Amino acid sequence: MGIETEYGISVPGHPHVNAMATSSQVVLAYNGIAVGDRRGRARWDFDDEHPLRDARGYDLSRAEADPTQLTDEDLGLANLILTNGARLYVDHAHPEYSSPEVTNPRDAVLWDRAGQEIMAEAAAAATRDGPFTIQLYKNNTDNKGASYGTHENYLMRRGTPFSSIVRDLTPFFVTRQVFTGAGRVGLGQDGRGQGFQLSQRADFFEVEVGLETTLKRPIINTRDEPHADPERYRRLHVIVGDANLCEAATYLKMGTTSLVLALIEAEALGDDLTLADPVREMHEVSHDPTLSHRLRLRDGRAMTALEIQRAYLDAAARLVEAQAVPGTDPQTADVLARWAAVLDDLGEDPRRAADRVDWVAKLGLLEGYRRRDGLDWGAARLELVDLQYSDLRPDRGLAARLEAGGRLERLTSAEEVAHAKVHPPVDTRAYFRGECLRRYGDAVAAASWDSVIFDIPGHDALQRVPTLEPVRGTRDHVGHLLDSSATAAELLDALRER
Amino acid sequence: MSTQGSESQRHVSRAEDEEIEVAAPQARESRDELDADVDAILDEIDEVLEENAEDFVKSFVQKGGQ
Repeated sequence: MGIETEYGISVPGHPHVNAMATSSQVVLAYNGIAVGDRRGRARWDFDDEHPLRDARGYDLSRAEADPTQLTDEDLGLANLILTNGARLYVDHAHPEYSSPEVTNPRDAVLWDRAGQEIMAEAAAAATRDGPFTIQLYKNNTDNKGASYGTHENYLMRRGTPFSSIVRDLTPFFVTRQVFTGAGRVGLGQDGRGQGFQLSQRADFFEVEVGLETTLKRPIINTRDEPHADPERYRRLHVIVGDANLCEAATYLKMGTTSLVLALIEAEALGDDLTLADPVREMHEVSHDPTLSHRLRLRDGRAMTALEIQRAYLDAAARLVEAQAVPGTDPQTADVLARWAAVLDDLGEDPRRAADRVDWVAKLGLLEGYRRRDGLDWGAARLELVDLQYSDLRPDRGLAARLEAGGRLERLTSAEEVAHAKVHPPVDTRAYFRGECLRRYGDAVAAASWDSVIFDIPGHDALQRVPTLEPVRGTRDHVGHLLDSSATAAELLDALRER
Repeated sequence: MSTQGSESQRHVSRAEDEEIEVAAPQARESRDELDADVDAILDEIDEVLEENAEDFVKSFVQKGGQ
């Protein structure tokens, strides 16, 4: 699994500065931080990018596609591969960090947090070295009609029918906002409606299923670009999520979604929770901070978002129990316990979840301002609190301040994050990619999710090492090989002999 | 949402009135404590909020992304 985040970018006092240029400055500034480190030299390898391939079994022609869907064209924008296996680049006028592949939600949190700190450092460096103050925000809308994404990716077995994914995942996505929502001041895509809602993203979803990510956004995205062996795997590309500032919320989001995907693969949900009108309910759930709205199911039942989440939780708990091998995977048990606790707390009084759920923490601040200063929901200061909650600067970001004051639960340590900024996870192919960059950076000409391409002195042709199997290239698998290869040429010789 | 606690207390039946009379001052006290706690955070946040909220949020304009 992994998380890709497009960050909001702002140059206060200079609103008309070209955002692609400033985003590039941010990315390149990070490259400049590590003097003498050649990681930024390797270019992205676009050979295996298929953004127009649809999971329903066909390709959209390039002529039919909206220009924003053509994400596989190298426009010469800044594009780095980091030694931690991540990709740091410019996408659609936003700086983006795509985390390395990880195997569990705890690691997803760690490398997401590493990305957040990399971005914060990069913006500070770009500000120091450039003509403007550049500020970054880990949010998903400008409240004027534009949205940018925080996408989750999950590896799934190819054999799982896509129709089951759509049926059983949609009600989960519509209702998980109760603990994944980052909170937003303003209703509607342009935010003109007065009020507060749970999610930054909900109002931008207009259809149930589709290939698009930049317009007519679908609850279930069908982009079929596995970045892996397509016979065996699909990459489920999830675009409904908010960017979370609270680590516990990211952990719950990744953990619960993984469990629901396991349910779907095992065909073990045991109930058809299909909603009568998923798109409308996505908005309704988001617009109801009391969590009392009842969603209409296609079979006539009416359930609250918490009740639907409870149905998923109970099914997941049954599945885990049925498959349980004693002593395995304490993290799964932890996710189940936290999922139950957050649903209990939200049901009793949402404020009890203020230390784990971003929208609750944000709403607490906003209600405080409303009470103390008599502000109504249209007040600019409330919109500012919403925006500045996601400011990446540790001294100015409100979520950062809450976390520093012990009011938002933190799962990682500063030491772990510092390590994850430069080192890859050890149990996926990101290990091979990141370590090749770190050890043989000069000899790496390009890389992508599923390849590392070497330019070896004395060889005319570039040598491409495919990494199509996401769980190979781990430290267990290639650590010894890397340790015994002083140069990239030796590594390639050793790989040829295997 | 902030009124939820007091509403649920108002809705209980007559038979439980006595209990509520005992409980109400405590609830008010903890509400005051809660408000004081939030006010302390707000004071801290006041120090770091961008100046001129209206201009700042107005000029935060993004290009759409994925």
